[in-house]
Amino acid sequence: MFALVGTVPEHDFPLVCGQARVSEQNLLIDNHCVAVNRGTPALLATAAKACAFFGADPPMAYLAGDIGRGGGSRKVYAYLEQILGQCRYESITFHYIQPDVDWHNRVLFAVENMHPRPVLIADAGFMYAAKMSGQAAAYDVFTPDMGELAFLADPEAPHPFYTRGFIFHEPYRAKELIASAYAHGNASRYLLVKGKTDIAADENGISDTVSQPVVPAMEAIGGTGDIITGLIAAFTGLGKDPLTACIQASAVSRLAGKLANPDPGTRVMDIIEQIPDALKRFFEEK
Amino acid sequence: MGLFSFFRKENKQPPVSLRDRGILVFENTSEVIGAENVLKKGGWRIRVMGPPPEIRTGCDLVIEFPLVSELEIVRTLEEAEIMPLQVVAVSDGLLEPVNVFFTTDYGDFLMVQAANMKITVDKRDLTVVNISGGGCPDVPYLAAQMVGRRLDQVPEPRSIGHTLCGYSLQLAFEEITRKCLP
Repeated sequence: MFALVGTVPEHDFPLVCGQARVSEQNLLIDNHCVAVNRGTPALLATAAKACAFFGADPPMAYLAGDIGRGGGSRKVYAYLEQILGQCRYESITFHYIQPDVDWHNRVLFAVENMHPRPVLIADAGFMYAAKMSGQAAAYDVFTPDMGELAFLADPEAPHPFYTRGFIFHEPYRAKELIASAYAHGNASRYLLVKGKTDIAADENGISDTVSQPVVPAMEAIGGTGDIITGLIAAFTGLGKDPLTACIQASAVSRLAGKLANPDPGTRVMDIIEQIPDALKRFFEEK
Repeated sequence: MGLFSFFRKENKQPPVSLRDRGILVFENTSEVIGAENVLKKGGWRIRVMGPPPEIRTGCDLVIEFPLVSELEIVRTLEEAEIMPLQVVAVSDGLLEPVNVFFTTDYGDFLMVQAANMKITVDKRDLTVVNISGGGCPDVPYLAAQMVGRRLDQVPEPRSIGHTLCGYSLQLAFEEITRKCLP
C-alpha cells in the first residue's frame, strides 16, 4: 500500500482520506467525485490506473480542497502530523500543497516515526518546501522539470519564480545544475528531471536518460509531469527500487503520450486513459 | 501597460539604491497583489520582490518601497484595509523575479513560459487550451478557470490566483496576450 498527498482545486472540498479509484473520466475517493484535469487528481488517477493494471490495491489518498489560500493544505499537513506515525506505507508521494517550511518539518518529523520508513517522493509545492527546509536529502525522489532544477540548484531561491540568472531553458546545463543541487544539499537521493529528455541522477551525476518516444506536444499539456510522478509512486509502492521506478515511469509515460497522439490542446486524461495499454506494451517488450 | 510589465521596464532604469528602500511584509501573496494594485494606482514607485532569507516562509513576496514615504504608504494601505505584518528597512539583497520569457510555436498553437509556468493558446480562435508547470495549489484552480475560454475573456491570474505560481502565470499570460491580441 502506498499513499499520495495533495490538494484538489475546489474551495469547499473537505479533508478526505481514502482509496482512490478511476471511474470513466473521474476520480472516486470516499464517496467524493473529483474531475481529473491536472495536479493531484491526475497523479492519483495515474497511480490508480497502474494499480488496477497490476491487480494491486488502489492507492491511499490524503486530500483537501485548496485554491491557493493554503487553508486546505494546512488541514492536510495537520492531519498527516497526527496520523503518519501509526501508518505503514511502502511509499508516500507529496504533491500540490502550499509550500510551508514549518508544516513541512512537522510532517517530516512524523514520517521519521514510521517503521519501516517509506520511500519518500516529493513533487510540486511540497518539493519546494522540502528544498527550502534544507532537508532535501531526507527524500528518495524529487521530480523537477528544468525550471525547478534551476531552483534546486540555486541555494538562495525560495521558489522557481526567482531564477537569479539560472537559464533553465538550456538542457545542456542539466549536469551543472544537478551538481549544484547536490553540492548545496538541495537534492533528494535520486532526481528525475522531466523534460524533452528525462534525466535520472544521483549525487554522482547523471545515471540514465530517457528520450524515446518523442512527443513534443506533451510539454504544453498540463498534468503530464503528474503522470510521471504518479507512475513513480505506483512503482515504488509496488516494491520497485526508486531509480528503476523513475526510469520505467519516464518510459511508460512517453509511451502513453505517443498512444494518445496528442496536440498541445489535448487534456491530460486522454493520456492517462492510455496508461494500461502503455504498461502492457512496455512490460511485454521487456 | 500590464501590471507586471513593470519588471521588464525596470531593467532599463538606473539601479535603485537599497539604502533608502524598505519592505512591506504581508500575510499571504493575495494581500501582496492587492497592496501592489493599491500602491501602483497611487503612483508609488514600488516593486514586488522576493524576501530576504530571515523572513522567508516558503512561498512569499514582499513589496519594496521608498522608505522615506513609509507613513503615507502605510496610511494608504490602512485605508484599503490591507495591513502589512511588518515594515522593515532593506538590510540584505532582495531576489529579482523572473523577467525572461520563452516561446514555443507549435503551428496552430503558441506556448509561452515564464519561470515555472506555461500557457498555451490555440492561435486559430485564441482559446486557452492548456496551462502547465507550477506547484502551488492555485495552479490547478487557475487552469480550471482559464482553460477552454478565449484569451480576451479569461479571468486574469492576478485576479483569482494567490501564490507565486499564480504570479508567474500572470507574467506568461501578459506575454502571450501581447503576442496574440492586437
